[in-house]
Amino acid sequence: MAEVIKKATREGYAAALEELASNPDIIVMDADLGAATKSASFKKFAPERFIDAGIAEANMMGVAAGLATCGKTVFASSFAMFAVGRAFEQVRNSIAYPELNVKICASHAGISVGEDGATHQCNEDIALMRTLPNMVVINPADVIEAKAAILEAARYNGPVYVRLGRLAIPQIFNDSYRFKIGKGTVLADGDDVTIIATGLMVNEALKSCELLKNHGISARVVNISTIKPIDKALIVESAKKTGCVVTAEEHSIIGGLGSAVAEVLSEECPVPLVRVGVNDVFGESGPAWELLTKYGLSAENIAKNAVSAVAKK
Amino acid sequence: MDKSVLKELEKRACKVRIDVIEGTFNAGCGHPGGSLSAADVLTYLYFNEMRVYPSNERAENRDRFVLSKGHAAPALYGILAQKGFISQEEIKTLRKVGSTLQGHPSIKTPGIDMSTGSLGQGVSAAAGMALAGKLDKKDYRVYALLGDGEIEEGEVWEAAMFAAAKKLDNLVVIVDNNNLQIDGTVEEVNSPYPIDEKFEAFGFNVINIDGHSFEDMEKAFAAAREEKGRPTAIIMKTVKGKGVSFMEDVCSWHGKATDAEQYITAIGELKLRLAELEA
Repeated sequence: MAEVIKKATREGYAAALEELASNPDIIVMDADLGAATKSASFKKFAPERFIDAGIAEANMMGVAAGLATCGKTVFASSFAMFAVGRAFEQVRNSIAYPELNVKICASHAGISVGEDGATHQCNEDIALMRTLPNMVVINPADVIEAKAAILEAARYNGPVYVRLGRLAIPQIFNDSYRFKIGKGTVLADGDDVTIIATGLMVNEALKSCELLKNHGISARVVNISTIKPIDKALIVESAKKTGCVVTAEEHSIIGGLGSAVAEVLSEECPVPLVRVGVNDVFGESGPAWELLTKYGLSAENIAKNAVSAVAKK
Repeated sequence: MDKSVLKELEKRACKVRIDVIEGTFNAGCGHPGGSLSAADVLTYLYFNEMRVYPSNERAENRDRFVLSKGHAAPALYGILAQKGFISQEEIKTLRKVGSTLQGHPSIKTPGIDMSTGSLGQGVSAAAGMALAGKLDKKDYRVYALLGDGEIEEGEVWEAAMFAAAKKLDNLVVIVDNNNLQIDGTVEEVNSPYPIDEKFEAFGFNVINIDGHSFEDMEKAFAAAREEKGRPTAIIMKTVKGKGVSFMEDVCSWHGKATDAEQYITAIGELKLRLAELEA
């Protein structure tokens, strides 16, 4: 078996920025975290169009908005905690409301930040961003999808939030993968349960399929990387086919993918649903993979919950 | 300043004040106090300083204005009507359902460069516009108007630090120092004084003026144009409610409209003043 390539989704950001650098209308901003978010990779190619706002995220979002009013496509980066948490109201009022062409590419999202601990582990960003009118919310599953999504975000005219991670995770897609905003993808097909996953939980969902086979359960795995606008048709079709659904995300189960799927299912196709995610608690310091296991963000826990979902049918 | 120019500006500012009273009275709410203190500088900017083009409102080389104290929107709408960006009839639709004239400015309204209203955010956006001008080697200038209470917001100082660090000499920040905010005088609530020294410490060229003197404005904005390598802050002493006797320097006129009787008095005073100027 070929060795699995592991890369962080933030590496996909660096790769996308390299391709975008020749476009004179692209500006990249960061708040003193360019080395960590990978936005600073842009500096090599277009130093004059890399703007470091310093440790002042609120102002960075406003400056990004102002640049966008002058025809620029602006990428603004920091850790998810600060880009979304600290600067939420600036993102709402200065970017989403005036519908400006700013792409918020935030890294270090979720509990897989690891050792830095709870202050830096943002498990609320999808919930916050998805409540904003005009905001597209994307959570890529691997480095390939991250790059493709960011290139697509650059082509799209309007505000976009892209959630990126610090942890190196297995590559799922190959270079021929085509990303489309709002389109989910079926990565494995099965009849008994649908596992709808996002971000690094997509790979865990795929692994859980193997575990479920031992229980005689065949699972369909759906990657929902665009949380908003969400692929309702695919969710409903999958729920109809398998009769129950499990969601899996490295985010609070309140307000994220699980909630978004619950909204679709409860209105259009009520079936048993179990949400796997961070269960309304703060994280803690520790190596990322150990934290993911401890907080139930694993193939094993998805499989366990899939068994419960099937039993509820 | 040429006497005829001065008189023209005074007439226009008086019309803006009438629109402030008309708009807020018809809405039954809004912010007359801070609109009236800002009416003169808005008039100066749009009729004697900025290059704007109502027939090509998004022209790339236009000067930009950001009303960071977005609650003074009624005064800005008065200006936009006189400039022809919006119609005079629209003034009475202020704050009504379906109107282009939102309670606080929206970028979707003709002539408005940035949505504002949540205090403290406008300088950041203005700095972004100024930075775009520098990157594109364009010579347009960017102006932002702030309230003196508004500068209690931390983002203003993040933006000030940024504008000076990036040497945005095409940016002018104007502070409408009417000394009043909702809960009282700015000193009582959370004093921002000394405002001029704070902006100086942040690396600005600072000019103190009388915010109801067009001659002071002419000198200050001319000096700002000459300044190289750093942004300018113009701190204007103003009177909240300026031009309507019973509103002047009265805190409670920050955020309420006149009743019918007060409306008649206010409009009467302003129309009398306009008649004197037109005589």
